[in-house]
Amino acid sequence: MRKCDTTSNIGNAVLYECICCVSSIYPTPKLLEAAADAISKFLKSDSHNLKYMGIDALGRLIKISPEIAEQHQLAVIDCLEDPDDTLKRKTFELLYKMTKSSNVEVIVDRMIDYMISINDNHYKTEIASRCVELAEQYAPSNHWFIQTMNKVFEHAGDLVNIKVVHNLMRLIAEGFGEDDDTADSQLRSSAVESYLRIIGEPKLPFAFLQVICWVLGEYGTSDGKYSASSITGKLCDVAEAHSSDDTVKVYAVTALMKIYAFEIAMGRKVDMLPECQSLIEELSASHSTDLQQRAYELQAVIGLESHAVESIMPSDASCEDIEIDKSLSFLNNYVQQSLERGAQPYIPENERSGMLNISNFRNQDQLETSTHVLKFEAYDLPKPSLPSRFTPSTLASSTELVPVPEPSYPREIHQAVSVSSVSSTVPSELQLRLDGVQRKWGRPTYSSPAQPMMNSNSQRPVNEVTQPDGVSSINSKARDVSYDSRRLRVEISPEKQKLAASLFGGTSKSERRPSSHKVSKTSSHAMDKYHVTKGVALTSETAAEKTTPLQPPPDLLDLGEPTVASSTPSVDPFKQLEGLLDPSQDSSVLNYGTVGAAKTPDILSLYSDMPASGQSNDVANPHSNNRDEVNLLSGTSNTTNRTALGVNTAIHSTQLNNKGLNPKDSLDKDALVRQMGVTPSTQNPNLFRDLLG
Amino acid sequence: MIRAVMVMNTLGKPRLTKFYDFQHVEQQQELIRRVYAVLCSRPENVSNFVEAESIFGPDTRLVYKHYATLYFVFVFDSSENELAMLDLIQVFVETLDKCFKNICELDIVFNYSKLHTILDEIIFGGQVLETSSTEVVKAVEEISKLESAANAIIPKSVSGWLSRST
Repeated sequence: MRKCDTTSNIGNAVLYECICCVSSIYPTPKLLEAAADAISKFLKSDSHNLKYMGIDALGRLIKISPEIAEQHQLAVIDCLEDPDDTLKRKTFELLYKMTKSSNVEVIVDRMIDYMISINDNHYKTEIASRCVELAEQYAPSNHWFIQTMNKVFEHAGDLVNIKVVHNLMRLIAEGFGEDDDTADSQLRSSAVESYLRIIGEPKLPFAFLQVICWVLGEYGTSDGKYSASSITGKLCDVAEAHSSDDTVKVYAVTALMKIYAFEIAMGRKVDMLPECQSLIEELSASHSTDLQQRAYELQAVIGLESHAVESIMPSDASCEDIEIDKSLSFLNNYVQQSLERGAQPYIPENERSGMLNISNFRNQDQLETSTHVLKFEAYDLPKPSLPSRFTPSTLASSTELVPVPEPSYPREIHQAVSVSSVSSTVPSELQLRLDGVQRKWGRPTYSSPAQPMMNSNSQRPVNEVTQPDGVSSINSKARDVSYDSRRLRVEISPEKQKLAASLFGGTSKSERRPSSHKVSKTSSHAMDKYHVTKGVALTSETAAEKTTPLQPPPDLLDLGEPTVASSTPSVDPFKQLEGLLDPSQDSSVLNYGTVGAAKTPDILSLYSDMPASGQSNDVANPHSNNRDEVNLLSGTSNTTNRTALGVNTAIHSTQLNNKGLNPKDSLDKDALVRQMGVTPSTQNPNLFRDLLG
Repeated sequence: MIRAVMVMNTLGKPRLTKFYDFQHVEQQQELIRRVYAVLCSRPENVSNFVEAESIFGPDTRLVYKHYATLYFVFVFDSSENELAMLDLIQVFVETLDKCFKNICELDIVFNYSKLHTILDEIIFGGQVLETSSTEVVKAVEEISKLESAANAIIPKSVSGWLSRST
């Protein structure tokens, strides 16, 4: 170091490097002294470059021995005043490093002034965050801290990290850790005052506005100095002035709500200012759902009485945690009363047999299948049990034929369960009741070997909801007859299976009908048209059931297809049908068709063309049957499949039938056509093109 | 390491630019423009160091020196000493002076290949190779001797091809 030629640049450079080195290694006093000397030489020089280096080196030495700085205070201050921007920045860095609680105020003030003068955003952010850091670390008094933060936000609010904003809010809320309430309230009132002053200024950064709104909301009226109306007036102004930023409006609305809540809680009557009212009304229709929600909440809160308000919005409770009672024990009373009135107890999802949660849309479809997981092994044949389950459900359901959608969900499920069990019990014997089956249902090849298969197939449509690949997640305990015969089929080809199941499911419609009748009686809940259409479709298209249950879920969704059995929403038609029901299935088939068709108008508005199509069913029937046979023949190679050709009364059912063969799009087209109000009196021409290739 | 070397005139036109980390041509132009914007607003008596973070990215500084109508700018990161860089600019200019006899801007415009040679002797790949201007001058003279020798024996086109290959 002694050898350095300080007249030349490079010599100084070497000197500087030495100093850096000294500062990094283990300090020895002698070296430090030498370094300090060199630094002072630097700082005293006229060259800005050397001053710059000096300050830099000083910054490094400060960490080791802070007292060095004091000797050079004057020099440092000079640097601060210097018009040279680089030097100033360097000096601020130095100051940042040597900040202590004694000099923090001055330093931070200077920094803020500098920050205001900077135009470069990048650097502004840096300085702003430095100011904030220093203020947080060394704040001498809370009051000063808030003032400083206010200033920083005012000028660089949007550049500051959003976390800082929240920190500030939390700080005000929690106080400073001391249990001194008076100090806290003083702080808050000072904050409120200052914010009320500032809030009128235009062009405040959004982060700042958020803080202001929040503070005013929480503590604006706590000390009673300012009337609620004045504060609310100002908040409304803020909200209207900043219609571009949703966050600010959100904060403003919440603050309004708090103020009103506190007023109500304290027993004072609240008159909403006209501008507040218009604001709230405007927000109730806003695009942002958040705003809408808050607007409605505000309106609701205003309507409540003081005790309620106090419990939902206790004052000064922003730091308290919200306790959540997971078991919702406070609703126990309500549950008890409902149970006494005959509601079904809630069965948790695991235990609900016949539940299938393919999708949440189809509550009613969830009936049949037992577990809520996909079953990948072959399912068992159904057990002939569970008549007991049926009766209580029918009883219960008979009381609730009037659909009550909401509280009925668990009940519905339960009924679905029972329904499924019903449907499963009915064909529990391994024989189909085919005595009354008309020829019109298809080829006279309902041979017995086919029967167990058909039976199982019928099981599937009855009980499944919609496992497309034919491996349904049917798992009800009712069913444990092994579908061994089917197992082979299951593994053969999913598509064929699907087709088979759908076809066979239609044939067993006959015995399903009684069950479905009862089912329809029991499950009367789903009110939405979706289910209604399903039900009606079910009734009108008997054969549709064949196809539908095994269709992939999207297909079912297309036309609101009937998922087999159970939940048919329409009550009345089935009641009527019940009287008509008799073992002669064909009559009931016809009844189905006609009744279903007749009933459609008052149930369905969606499928308004259905009755038309329903009535043309009979006419089209032989026609369609032929077509179906042709189609099915072309589509299937399996003889057993052909047996299922019996099909249906409805045109759409035939079309639906063909679903097993056709790609979904033919159905889509059909649905589209029908929705457009065109009743396809003939088969969908495209359908056949698709079918026949 | 040194990031870039730029020589531009007081009107902002770049006379020599060399970037030691890869930049696209458009980016290069953009950087040059920004540097010029900073430099032309610097008053006379301020320090020669500038924080270049907003231009070049984090941890970069630049040192500039103003000679008559030219700005010599070196951009570097924190591994280099600013004063040392300043000194290096000095070395560079001195060498140019020795090679060209009172160098002026026109010399730089018309002899850019020689300029590049000289610069490559001093800084290569972002690292400083030689800081003694006499050494650099010696090396440059040798190179020029070789080039002229090649030109004498072989016709121009071939010599050009040869000198390229060496």
